[in-house]
Amino acid sequence: MVIAKRKKSKSVYGPTPELVMEVPHTLAIVVENEPGVLARVIGLFSGRGYNIESLTVARTNEEKNLSRITVVSTGTPQVITQIKHQLERLVPVHKVNDLTVEGPHVGRELALIKVVCSGDNRIEAIRTADIFRARVVDSTVESFIFEVTGSIDKVDAFIDLMKPLGVVEISRTGTAAISRGTETN
Amino acid sequence: MALIKSKKSENAKSSGKDSNIKLASKPMSGAEMVINALVEQGVDTIFGYPGGAVLPIYDALFQQDKVKHILCRHEQGAVHAAEGYARSTGKVGAVVVTSGPGATNAVTGLTDALLDSIPLVCITGQVPTFLIGNDAFQEADTTGITRPCTKHNYLVKDVDSLSNVMHEAFHVARTGRPGPVVIDLPKDIQFAEGNYVSKADATLHMYQPQTEPDMTRIEAAVELLANAKRPIFYTGGGVVNAGPRASELLTELVQMTGYPITSTLMGLGCYPANDEQWLGMLGMHGTYEANWAMHDSDVMICIGARFDDRVTGDTKKFSPNATKIHIDIDPSSINKTIMVDLPIVADAEQALEALVKVWKQKKYKADQDALNKWWSKIDEWRAVKCLSYKKSKTIIKPQFALERLRAHLEKHEKKTGQETFITTEVGQHQMWAAQFLPFNKPNRWMTSGGLGTMGYGLPAAVGTQMANPDGMVIDVAGEASILMNIQEMSTAVQYNLPVKIFILNNQWMGMVRQWQELLHGERYSQSYTESLPDFVKLAEAYGGIGLRATTPDELDDVIEQMLQTDKVTIVDVNVCQQENCFPMIPSGKAHNEMILSPDAKQFDKKLV
Repeated sequence: MVIAKRKKSKSVYGPTPELVMEVPHTLAIVVENEPGVLARVIGLFSGRGYNIESLTVARTNEEKNLSRITVVSTGTPQVITQIKHQLERLVPVHKVNDLTVEGPHVGRELALIKVVCSGDNRIEAIRTADIFRARVVDSTVESFIFEVTGSIDKVDAFIDLMKPLGVVEISRTGTAAISRGTETN
Repeated sequence: MALIKSKKSENAKSSGKDSNIKLASKPMSGAEMVINALVEQGVDTIFGYPGGAVLPIYDALFQQDKVKHILCRHEQGAVHAAEGYARSTGKVGAVVVTSGPGATNAVTGLTDALLDSIPLVCITGQVPTFLIGNDAFQEADTTGITRPCTKHNYLVKDVDSLSNVMHEAFHVARTGRPGPVVIDLPKDIQFAEGNYVSKADATLHMYQPQTEPDMTRIEAAVELLANAKRPIFYTGGGVVNAGPRASELLTELVQMTGYPITSTLMGLGCYPANDEQWLGMLGMHGTYEANWAMHDSDVMICIGARFDDRVTGDTKKFSPNATKIHIDIDPSSINKTIMVDLPIVADAEQALEALVKVWKQKKYKADQDALNKWWSKIDEWRAVKCLSYKKSKTIIKPQFALERLRAHLEKHEKKTGQETFITTEVGQHQMWAAQFLPFNKPNRWMTSGGLGTMGYGLPAAVGTQMANPDGMVIDVAGEASILMNIQEMSTAVQYNLPVKIFILNNQWMGMVRQWQELLHGERYSQSYTESLPDFVKLAEAYGGIGLRATTPDELDDVIEQMLQTDKVTIVDVNVCQQENCFPMIPSGKAHNEMILSPDAKQFDKKLV
C-alpha cells in the first residue's frame, strides 16, 4: 500500500527509493577536541536524515587533543558508506572507521538500572544481577541501583528480566567500541 | 596527527608575490591581523557591509590601501558579489559583515557558495566574548546558524589564534572541494592585541584531501574509454574549479578521442561550445541530443559533476547500459545517487593530466566504426532541433533576444577583444541563457546552479566586473529575480561598474508559471506580478542608464547601445509572456522521456 502510494507521488524528485535491509553499524570517529565538533557531527546526521541509535563521546588523547565519538547508526550499506564519506569531509574529523565492516570488534555499554522492590523480588533481582555480573552500586531498604556492562543485547536482556521486578529508571551510556587484535584506529 | 606544521618552503613559494609586503611581527590588534592576513592571502578586494560588531575591522580598513572594500547594499549581495569575484578569477572571495542580521543575511549567499563549491572566506562580527549567549543586541549564534551552510566555520575566542585561523580558513576554502568558510569574530577580539603569525609560519590544519588519482584506476578508465562503442563525456563545475588548465586538458582529451561531450549547468565553458563535439548542456532543460546520448551511452565518464537530480531525472532509468566512471575530488559525491563502476577520487586537473598521458602513452585509438555509428545516431537526435521556437515579427521571443545578444556579443568580442562574462538570476531566462549563449572558456559563466538563488545575478555581476574591469559583464535576468537584489544597482553606480542587466521581462515568474501550466492544471497561483517598476526609470533613478525593447525590430539597436554604455545599464526586453522553456524532462522521468517544444522539428505528441 505504502509503495503504491509512493509511486503515485508527484514529487519533483520522483518516487522515494524502495526500502532495503538496514543493519546497525558502529562507527568510530576520531575528531579534534574543539568546541562545536560534536554539533557538527550530530548536525550532519540530522541534516541528511541519518539515524543515530547511540552515541558516546569523550576525550581520548589529551596530548594531541583528540576525542573519540562512537556512533551506532542504522542504514543500508550505501547509506552507511555515505555517512562515512560525509563525516570524513568535516574539517575537524581525523578518521572514521566502520568497525562493523572492518572486522571483529568489541562493543560495550554501561547501564545503571534503578529497581524498586521488596520481599522475594529483592532476592530475585540480586540473583539475576549475579548471572549478568551486574554490580549493586546503591542500595536502600526498597531499592537497588545495578551497574551492568556488556553488549547492547546483554544489557537489553538484563533490563527485560529486571522489568517485572520493578525497574523505575534506566540510564545507558551507548556503545563504546574498539576493534579486536593488534589493529588500531 | 593533530596539527601538522606546514612546510615552510612551500608556503614561501606560494607567497612569493607578496614578499615585498613587510609584515610587522610586533603585537597588533585583532582587526589589524585580519587585514594583514587578507593581504598575505592575496585578497585585493573585499565585499561587505559595516555594523557595530565589525567597526574595529572597518577602522583598520580605513587606515590602509592594500585591500579595497566594496560596499554592497545588502549582505546577501556582498556574498554573491564575492562569489562572482571568486568564480571569474579562481581566487578566494572575501566578505566582511556584521553580527546578528549581517550574518543571517549572509546565510543565503553562503549556502549558495556551498552548493556550487565556490571558495569564500566570510568574516562575521560577533558581540564581545563576555556577552555571547546573553541575547545581546545584534547577537546571533552565527557558528550554529552557519554550520550546515559552510564548509567549515570558526569562532575565535583568543586573539593569539586569530591569524592562524585566518590562514587556515583560506586553506580550507580553496583546498579539496572548495567552499565557504565563516570566521565569527567577537568585537573584543578585534580590539585585543596579540601576536601575528604570518602565512609562512601558520600551522595549517591536517585538512589535506586527496588530489592525486590512483594510476591503476586511471589506466582502467582509459581502457574502458578506448574500448567504448557509445562513449560520452559528462563534465561539471569541478573542471572549472580545478583551474583553466583542467579545461585545456579536457579539450585535448576530448578532441584526441573524438568522443561527444556534454556538461552540467555549472560546467559550461569547460569545453568550447562552438566545437562540433559539444552536445550542449544536459539535464532537465538540456538538449535532446545530450540527454539521449547520456541515456544510450555504453561508457560514461563523469568528471567533476555530481549526478544532481536535475541532471539524472529518474535515477532508476538513468543511463541503464553505461559503465560509469566518476572522477570527483569529494569522495562523498561518489555513489551518492548513482552507483558507479569505477570511482576515482582526484582533482580534475590531475586526473585529466593522467588520462591524457595514459591515452598517449598506450597509443590508444577510438573504435572508428563504432564511433561513426554513434555520431550518426547523435546527428539524428541533433536533427530534431530541440531548441527551435516559433519566430515572431511582432513580439520578442526570449530565445530570439538571446540569439541576438549572442550575435552582437560575438561581433563585439571579435572587434574589440573585450571578453564576455555572463551571470544569471534563476528561472527560465537562466535556462535559455545556458541554451543560447556561447561559453567557450571557463570562468566566464556565473550562475546559481545548486541552490537556485533568485537575486544572484546582479551582485555576482558586480563582483565579476570588479575582478575584470575590462570585461563585458552581462547579467541575464528575469524581472522577478532582478527585484530580489535590485539594491546592488547602487553599488554598481558607486564604483562605476558598467554592468549590463539584460532583463527578459515577461511579467511572470516564468518557470513557476511553466510548471503551473504543465503540471498544475494551469492554475497560475501567485506567479504573475501585477505591478512592476518601470525599469528604465528605475535605472535612471539609481544613476544608471535604462533602455527598452518592445518589438523585435528595436532589439538590435538596443543591444548595440547597451554594449556601448559606460555605466550600469538596465535593458528591459519585453518578451512573449507565454513562452515555455523546452526541451524539458518532467519530474521523475528519464532522459529519453523529454518533452519537446511543439516547434521542434520532430514533435512527439504522446510525450506531452
